[in-house]
Order: sequence, then C-alpha cells, then structure tokens
Amino acid sequence: MSYFLQANHIYKRFAAHTALDDVSIAVPEGKVFGLLGPNGAGKTTLIRIINRITAPDSGDVLFGGRPLAPEDVMRIGYLPEERGLYKKMEVGEQAIYLAMLKGLSRSDAKRRLQTWFEKFDIMPWWSKKLEELSKGMQQKVQFVITVLHEPELLIFDEPFSGFDPVNADLLKREILALRDKGHTIIFSTHNMGSVEEICDEIALINKSRVVLAGSVDEVRRQHRTGLHQVMLDDAGLEALKAAGITPLGVEEQLPSMHEVFIKTVSQ
Amino acid sequence: MSKISIIIAREFTTRIKKKSFILLTLLLPFLSAVIIFVPVWLGSVKGDDSHKIVVVDKTAHYLPAFVGQNPQFIVVPDTQMREAYRSDTTDVEAVLIISDDLCKKPDAVTLYSQREIQPELQMFVEGTIREQVRRDKLEAYNVEGLDQIINDVQTDVAVQTVKWQDNGEESMSSGTVAMVAGFIFTFLIYMFVMIYGAMVMRSVMEEKTNRIVEIMVSSVRPFELMMGKIIAIALVGLTQMLIWGLMLALILGFTSQCFGTDGGVGEMLTPLLHLPYGELSVMFLLCFIGGYLLYASFFSAIGAAINEPSDSSQFMMPVTIILVFAMYAAMGSAENTDGPLAFWTSLFPLTSPIVMMVRVPFGVPLWQEVLCIVLLFATALLFVWMAARIYRVGILMYGKKPSLREMWKWLRYK
Repeated sequence: MSYFLQANHIYKRFAAHTALDDVSIAVPEGKVFGLLGPNGAGKTTLIRIINRITAPDSGDVLFGGRPLAPEDVMRIGYLPEERGLYKKMEVGEQAIYLAMLKGLSRSDAKRRLQTWFEKFDIMPWWSKKLEELSKGMQQKVQFVITVLHEPELLIFDEPFSGFDPVNADLLKREILALRDKGHTIIFSTHNMGSVEEICDEIALINKSRVVLAGSVDEVRRQHRTGLHQVMLDDAGLEALKAAGITPLGVEEQLPSMHEVFIKTVSQ
Repeated sequence: MSKISIIIAREFTTRIKKKSFILLTLLLPFLSAVIIFVPVWLGSVKGDDSHKIVVVDKTAHYLPAFVGQNPQFIVVPDTQMREAYRSDTTDVEAVLIISDDLCKKPDAVTLYSQREIQPELQMFVEGTIREQVRRDKLEAYNVEGLDQIINDVQTDVAVQTVKWQDNGEESMSSGTVAMVAGFIFTFLIYMFVMIYGAMVMRSVMEEKTNRIVEIMVSSVRPFELMMGKIIAIALVGLTQMLIWGLMLALILGFTSQCFGTDGGVGEMLTPLLHLPYGELSVMFLLCFIGGYLLYASFFSAIGAAINEPSDSSQFMMPVTIILVFAMYAAMGSAENTDGPLAFWTSLFPLTSPIVMMVRVPFGVPLWQEVLCIVLLFATALLFVWMAARIYRVGILMYGKKPSLREMWKWLRYK
C-alpha cells in the first residue's frame, strides 16, 4: 500500500509535559484515516505538526514520499476543532481571502466558491457578515473554506460537532465523496460511531503514544471476544433446544469501535 | 501576489472601509478646530446687557474719567453710599467709593459689590484710575511736553532671530515656530504609537480569541501574519496623516485666499518657510517607522500572549509609563535642545523617536541623528525578532495568562 503521509518517531515536549512520545502514523493514499484518542492525548499537537504550525523536537514527516516542505501547506486543507473566522467580514470575501492565502487566484477562488455555495444552497449568505449566521451555518462555511483549494490532504478535527443530524449526514456524504475523488483524509474524533461508518484505517493515541493502529476491521478483529450472533427461525430455535442443528446464519459479534476505544484507553 | 501582500491588502482595506475610520479622518480636523476656536470665540462674545456702576466720588475729580468710557458699564454718580445699593433686588452691579486724592493716598478707593467682582469690571476701574493718576502725577512735575517724552522713551524691543544657512544665506528664524513645529511632530508620533500600537494589540488578540489564527497559520507563517498586520496598520496611520496634511494645506490655502496675505501674517509665516523641511520630513518618517515598529511589535507580542483584554493592563502599564516619560522628556528638552536630558533621551531607543522630533527644528548634529536612527532601528528589529518568537507560541496557547518567565521560555522554543 502506498502511504500519502507518514509521520515517523515524532517527539514533542512542552515545558511541563511530553505531548508526543515516539509517535508514528502512516496514512494510506485515498483513504479516510481516523486519528482517535481522548482529550489531551496529543492529537491536536500531531495535526499541528503535519500542518507545519509547530515543529517537532525530533522525528520527520513524509508528504507524498518526501520530507514535508513549506509549500506543502498549500496542498493541505485543515478544519480545526476550535472553529473561527473573522466575525465582521463578509462570508464570500472571507472565503476568497483564505483561499488566496492557500495559493488560489482571486478569480479561481470566486468561481469554485460559487459552485460550492450553490451545491449547499447557501448563495444568499455571500454578502452577509459572518456574525449574522447561526453557528451551524458558520460551520458549513468553514467546511467549504477548508476544501475550496482542493487539497490532496484534508484534515478534519471533529467535523461533526455542532451539526444537526441532517447536516452531519450531508457532511459525511461530502467527506466520502472527496475520498472517492482521491483525496486523502485525516479525521480526528471522539465519536466512535462515525469512525466505523467512514474510516478505513485508524490510529489511537493515548497519553502521547500510539496504542493501537490498523484498518478498522483488523482492529475490531483483534479485540474479538469470541461471541457470535446466530440467526434462527422459530423452528430452528425449537430444534436447537432439542439438538445441535446448523443455524441460518452465524455472525461473529465484533466489538464496536466505541468498546475498543473504552477498553484500550482505560487499560 | 505574495502572501504577506495579500494579508496587508486585507488588513488595510477592512480598516480603511470602516465607517469609524472615515468619519474620524474627515471630521477630526474640524472637530479640533471647533475645540480650539469655540471657547475662544465664546469668550470674545460680550454680553449685551450693561451693568450699572454707582460712583461715589468725594473728590469729584475722577468721575469724568469714568463717564462714557465703556458702553458695558453705565456710570451713575451719587454723593453717598445708600442702603438700597446693598439690597438683593438692586440693579446696581457695584459701588465705587473714592474718598480722597489718590496721588497722596493710593488706597482711598474701594469697589463694593453684592457678588464677586467681574475681572472685566475690575480691569475697567483699575485702568481708568491708573490712567488718571498717571496724568495727574505727570502734571505735578510741571514739565512741558512730558507726556510726549515719556511716550518717546517707551520702546518695544523685539529681537529678530536669524539663522545662518549652510550656504551663508541669512534666513529669518523663530524659536517659537521651531518649538511649535517640533511639538506637533512629537505629538503626532506619540499619538500614533499609542493609538495604532494598541490597534495592533487588539487585532492580534481578536484573531487569537476568534480562533481564526489556527486557520491562518496553517496557510501562512506566523511571522508573515504578524508583519502583515503591523505594516498594514502603519499604512492606515500614514494614510490618515496624509489626508490630514492635505486637508490642512487646503484649509490654509483657503483662509489665505479669504483674508489675503497682508504684511503681518506674511511676516509671521516667514520663519515657517525656513524650517528645515527636508530634514524634518526625513527624520519624522524614520522616527515614525522605527518607533512604531518597536512599539507595535511589542504590542503584538502582548496581544498574542494574553487571552482577554483585561489581562493587557499589566503589560500596558510599563509601556504607557515609558511613553509618557518620553513626552515629558520632550517637553523638558524643548527648553534646552542641546542639554544632557535632550541628548540622552534622544538617543535612548525607547524615547528617541519622540524626543528627537523636538530637537530637529533647532538643528541637531548629523552624527547624533544618524546614531539615533541606527540605535532605534537596531532595537526595533530586535523587538520584532523577539515579538515574532513570542507571537508564534502565544497565539496557540490558551488558558491562563502567561508569566514573564514563561514568555521568556517561548523565546527559546524551537
């Protein structure tokens, strides 16, 4: 498998504590990679290192097979957990400004933005000030801003927080559509339900270290409990009571990602 | 377009387009004219109502001098002080009693009133009596034409000040004009460092608390963001000054058109024409840029380190003290522009941009100007460097207010 992004043996210490202790992750190209972990585990620090916002004390990041370079930030789209835009600035103008900082020309940015706004049916917001929008609307705008320059790598930190179920679903579809178009996606969350739905691979960080990594199926298999779900019809149930009869279907009861998470983190 | 120019363009245009900026820029010159001239004008407006003054002159010598002198005061002669004048309902403003020859007994005059005596009234009475007494005394000498002689002896002396130009030409100069010019420049720098420095800090803090900064630094280097902001706000300040300068020129041109350039004004303005404008504007620009850069970078480091406006006071205090000290040093230096206070404070980088501008109109040795600018810019660049390192860490740090020790540690982060 080819990896789009690799972080190798990353260490990062702050004054009082170690944020990342020999952390390595490998994000396969064109997949959704789940970066999981409890609060304060070091996820945001790792994301900031990938974004070149902070530098690691040691270790390196490979982007498309070569060391991460300053220009690479143009090829990354980042939706931080703590959302924020200029409150007093008009939505359209703001999105164009941020896209230009990601290297788009003004006309390109405007054209793409119109496409996205029409898709999300939010054209009327174009010349509104951000503070006039509701929190959910602001999130939508921010999502558009993140993907506008069509970066190869997208990093979403808790993208669904603050969305109602309908819009969360819309967003989920968009994220999967982006993956299908070949974008590589890092998806950081505590919400294990969405992990099972959209992640292909995961890494679980706990207390500054990677404690679990692999494909979602693999990880769940590793944590098998030996329980199976058996489907029977009424007659089968009767017969089973009498003697050993083959059931209609047997499915292994793999633990949910939620259970894996709780178990791993509370060890 | 490079990223930093995109940032400058946005920071600049959003500020220029703000209603508050436009209003302030256009109205402030008029407002300050109003603030200066309205009190002067109001003070010069005389009340229409006249006041009744009763004069009881036992000598009958001084009374004629009062009658008809000033339409504001109606003089009513009387022979004695009456109870009615002391009643609350009287329309008599004051009673003047002269009981003896004032040449012999200068204190034989008293002014009574129900209320506090108006300065104007007192001046009127004193002036009239003084003039009369003077005339009486002169007459007592019995010298013919003495009045003329006295007038002739009194001469007003005004020394014309001339400064030698480098090319040997003489030019009219004026210490007062130089001082006023110096103060205007000094005050401009002081105001702009304070106002626009604080604007940099607010703006940095806003980005931090808005959390937009995390998006920004995932696209641009923190240094670009910080410098873009500092430069854009400096441009806003320069634009504002340029507009004010143009308006001032227009207003001056307009008024001189209206009132004509008669001799008096022309003479008054001559020293103004001979100020070293080239030197002044170069030094002003350099001092402005250096001083602003120095303080603005300091302010942006503070803005990045703190989390809410109320935290800023602890850091603002020392800056304000230094700036106010610089202002006082500038005032002190104006008295003696070559004294030790002027010399040292115009070299010390934290005060030099403010103090130096007071000295320039009086002429400063070139080596001092160069040294001042070199020191100022070296310090400003050092501040920019330190601020950039604090800024970079600070904007992503939330939670409690950092101590100075922590900020010192940030300086050395990789």
